[in-house]
Amino acid sequence: MQLLSGNEAIAQGAWEAGARIGVGYPGTPSTETMESFGAKENVYAEWCANEKVAVEVAVGASAAGARVLATMKHVGVNVAADPLYTAAYTGVNGGLVVLAADDPGMHSSQNEQDTRFHAQGAHIPVVEPSDSAEAREYTMQAFEASERFDIPFFVRSTVRVSHAKSPVEVGERVERDLIPYEKDPSKWVMMPAYAKPRRTSLDARIAQVAQWAETSPLNRLELNDTSIGVICAGASYQYVRDALPNASILKLGITWPIATGLIAKLANHVDALYVVEEGSDYLSMQVKATSVTVSEPPAHALPKEGELTPGIIRSAFGLALPEELPTQQDVPGRPPALCAGCPHRLVFKELSRAKCIVTGDIGCYTLGALPPLAGMDSTLDMGASISMAHGFELALAGTEHHPVVAVIGDSTFGHSGFTSLLSTAYNKGAGTICILDNRTTGMTGHQGNPFNGITLQNRPSRELDLEGMVRSLGISDVQVVNPNNMKDVRAAIKGATSRTEELSVIIFRSPCVLLKKVFERQAPYTITSDCRACGVCVTLGCPAIARIEETGEACIDPDQCVGCGQCQAYCGFGAIVRMEGALR
Amino acid sequence: MSVYSDGATTVLLAGVGGQGTILAADLLAKTAISNGLQVKLSEIHGMAQRGGSVTTVVRLGEQVHSMVCDRGSADYLLCFEATEALRNLPFLAQNGKLLVNDVSIKPLPVLTGKASMPKRVHERLGEYNAQLVDANKHAREAGSLKCANVVLLGALAANMPFSMESWEEQIRLKVPPKTIDMNIDAFHRGVQSVASEANRS
Ligand code: SF4
Ligand code: SF4
Repeated sequence: MQLLSGNEAIAQGAWEAGARIGVGYPGTPSTETMESFGAKENVYAEWCANEKVAVEVAVGASAAGARVLATMKHVGVNVAADPLYTAAYTGVNGGLVVLAADDPGMHSSQNEQDTRFHAQGAHIPVVEPSDSAEAREYTMQAFEASERFDIPFFVRSTVRVSHAKSPVEVGERVERDLIPYEKDPSKWVMMPAYAKPRRTSLDARIAQVAQWAETSPLNRLELNDTSIGVICAGASYQYVRDALPNASILKLGITWPIATGLIAKLANHVDALYVVEEGSDYLSMQVKATSVTVSEPPAHALPKEGELTPGIIRSAFGLALPEELPTQQDVPGRPPALCAGCPHRLVFKELSRAKCIVTGDIGCYTLGALPPLAGMDSTLDMGASISMAHGFELALAGTEHHPVVAVIGDSTFGHSGFTSLLSTAYNKGAGTICILDNRTTGMTGHQGNPFNGITLQNRPSRELDLEGMVRSLGISDVQVVNPNNMKDVRAAIKGATSRTEELSVIIFRSPCVLLKKVFERQAPYTITSDCRACGVCVTLGCPAIARIEETGEACIDPDQCVGCGQCQAYCGFGAIVRMEGALR
Repeated sequence: MSVYSDGATTVLLAGVGGQGTILAADLLAKTAISNGLQVKLSEIHGMAQRGGSVTTVVRLGEQVHSMVCDRGSADYLLCFEATEALRNLPFLAQNGKLLVNDVSIKPLPVLTGKASMPKRVHERLGEYNAQLVDANKHAREAGSLKCANVVLLGALAANMPFSMESWEEQIRLKVPPKTIDMNIDAFHRGVQSVASEANRS
């Protein structure tokens, strides 16, 4: 018995099922799956530049006869959608399972989306576990079914399955030989002449999966009380068990294609049938399409957004809730913030000062949008910073405008920023691109990427030449700057944004402070009596610097300060000095 | 009255990203499992960890369904920071137990002067019979501020039915070998901090 997260359990299931290759791109809440898979014996695993690449590698490995696991978060499925939709046509050779981890409640994402809509659109069957033990079991079943029905399978998880830990009975790995690859263009070459018959085949294969869904133990009918019947899946199932202990339940472990026969059976057993699901109406639409009558909960509808809890379900059914202590009105918010000593801080500070229009991207540096730095105008998706900056420049051309600057991280640049820059350069775009190269993928927990040359399993690799890549696009205005030095940052931004005819790229290179203890041996800074309470240093948003409420003077918390020295340059009175002798 | 029909005990750990709530929750979960209970533990990763408010839920019992916690439902609210204790008070059950690390970490809006800290914190927490633990002091005495989370775990352990040995066993298995003695010491300081408090009152 092991205490595993849903993510670890999916990795365990894939490993036991004999998957030998794992591919993915890090993204909360999916990341630990590939990390955990890559740490196991007899497997090859890698972080790919993005999710589309990962799925394409996976389809190749499957065609060659290996079982393969691909992992991504929900928004990554959009990136991978192109190969995924066609992979349903080609089908598989070795089993191909894709983990899509959705994030209802948006704990660490820019939107809520339900991967099952993609599954339905792409004709890819979905299994949906509701705890870690099921996560292991369902993943193994998905590999079997993928080979049996000749189709990729999704394992859909949500944050409360991926990041919840519960006991799992683990087993041994079954090694699997490669299934011999045989050349077959009618299966693997999807040009119209071959794709058309594969479409017919796809429908037939899905019909078989639908039949299997009627009898598979992954779908479970729990017939109890005849007054209330509930159809649910995933984490919601656990909440329904708590909130409505007597209800009859159809717990769907396969949420596409849907087991219409089981739904009819439940409908016949109960007076009223409900669908309980989180942040989506996917399941209700599927159930309604079988033409059974779905009722609205008696008290009020379930929310269309965010996460469910047992209490939310009880309240929708008009059941009593426990008494609550009063909410304390005066508790200040505690938004996440760039770390003390984060190498991105001064870039945002200086971009704000220079009143730039800043198109941003996904990563720790998204936090640069929050006050007091407030140094960012937009965040859309991975890679959008550069293409959106190009859009801004196109629309504002011919008008007096603030400098347009795109801000993107090293990993994100590799993910899809590079193609945006390629496109912008080719189309003779203008503007400034800041690549914040902190030598890692910060937000998801410091994974390697093409530009630090660290691979998932620490295999020997190469550190790709970021400057060289940028120059290869014909961009000559490229400089590398230390972002901890205020004067250099200011000069670089001023210079680059004044050369308005050309594209310019500034690479701000300094390692993330969490990566290694970069400042471990440096003494913290402190505020002397020269402080005139001007408040400038506080606008950096360093969590170590505070403004004393009574006097307005600044103070530095020596336990939090990492001694980066970024703040020193901003004090006009020389009041910020290193605490000599006070080594940490 | 509970929203959970599984009868499990709910522990909500609340703190600030980086304080080690996840490690403490993990030790609690493993101790419960070694005592033959079912467990579900739910945590949040990613952006919120960068110094934001974080909560981890551990539910333990003969059987456990839900991995999340509703307002009015936490049997134990273990807070790693005083402001977070106030923020999460509505989650405490009527007869729930409130344990609070007696430190305040100012959030960014307060540091920059855009918001202020709540007033009369001790008094207000006292109204809900909070047990205050000076975990940072105990942790420093044990050897490092970093084991403040294990001090708090000790304070929780003093309230729970598991043997001290089963807690120690899990700590030994989990923390880096060099820090085992320090963490066990920190744990017992946590246990005693609650015991001495109880004697006084
Ligand atoms: S994790 Fe690294 S990159 Fe992210 S905010 Fe902290 S220092 Fe900056
Ligand atoms: S030196 Fe200044 S900016 Fe750097 S961590 Fe310390 S207080 Fe923050």
